[in-house]
Amino acid sequence: MSETMPPVSVVREKDIRIVEFTNNKILDEGNIAEIGQTLGSLIEEPGQPKLLLDFATVDHLSSAALGMLINANNKIKVKNGMLRLANIKPQIFEVFVITKLNKLFRILPTRAEAIASFKD
Amino acid sequence: MVMSGSNARGGGGSKRRTARPPTPVKITRKSLGKGGAQWVIPSNYQAVRTVLHELVILVTAAHYNKDAVFAIKLACEESIINAVKHGNKLDAKKHVTIEVWIKPDEMEVYIEDEGPGFSREAVPDPTLEENLEKCSGRGILLIESYMDGCSWDHGGRRLRMVKQNRTDTLPRRSS
Repeated sequence: MSETMPPVSVVREKDIRIVEFTNNKILDEGNIAEIGQTLGSLIEEPGQPKLLLDFATVDHLSSAALGMLINANNKIKVKNGMLRLANIKPQIFEVFVITKLNKLFRILPTRAEAIASFKD
Repeated sequence: MVMSGSNARGGGGSKRRTARPPTPVKITRKSLGKGGAQWVIPSNYQAVRTVLHELVILVTAAHYNKDAVFAIKLACEESIINAVKHGNKLDAKKHVTIEVWIKPDEMEVYIEDEGPGFSREAVPDPTLEENLEKCSGRGILLIESYMDGCSWDHGGRRLRMVKQNRTDTLPRRSS
């Protein structure tokens, strides 16, 4: 049997959880549920959730993935937490604009700017 | 829960999973001649991934520009999943037929399910304020935005999409 990398890795920077996607195809149907569960677990941790999703490796996105992100955003709002998206490639960002989800999510150009924005 | 055990960047210390071998998927393929191809797939996501992969190979081999390939992949994924999930309700006994005609400057895609059909007019606008936080309902918006033309017939069971191979191909946005 072959081994596979999990679709995300999580690093910590102070009280911020930074979620990195490990595969540019991760946001297809097969991995979306697993990523959603990972995000849900992070959000359920004690304290105010601060999540940064780094899209640097992502070059494909579906409406199902957008739904998963909205679900995570809704859960974070319930806990009065903060969610940031960063490093989104122009073609992927266009998907957020077309669906007007660029108005729902706080999207920053770089990881550094996203981290700084948690102080806002 | 999948989580890295390391604070370092680069994913070091990530747990590896042992993958289950994929369940064999029965897909019927047919060449239709003159740039045409047809797939008949069962109603499951693995079949969708397989046909999308093969479709992208065909479009890329036809030298479609990368923006058009991105748009075709996105719209075809949305539409085939709609057929499998909403049309056929993931019923293993029902199939989706995908037919493509690829010419140098334009491609046509037909996607037909075996479900009860639907009305395009009945699908709410997901960009309205009251729908923005809903987790579903964006597939058709993306299909219509990224393809150069689309229409439904056969009671909503069959979708026809057209995409031109242009370098200035941009998605249409609603105002």
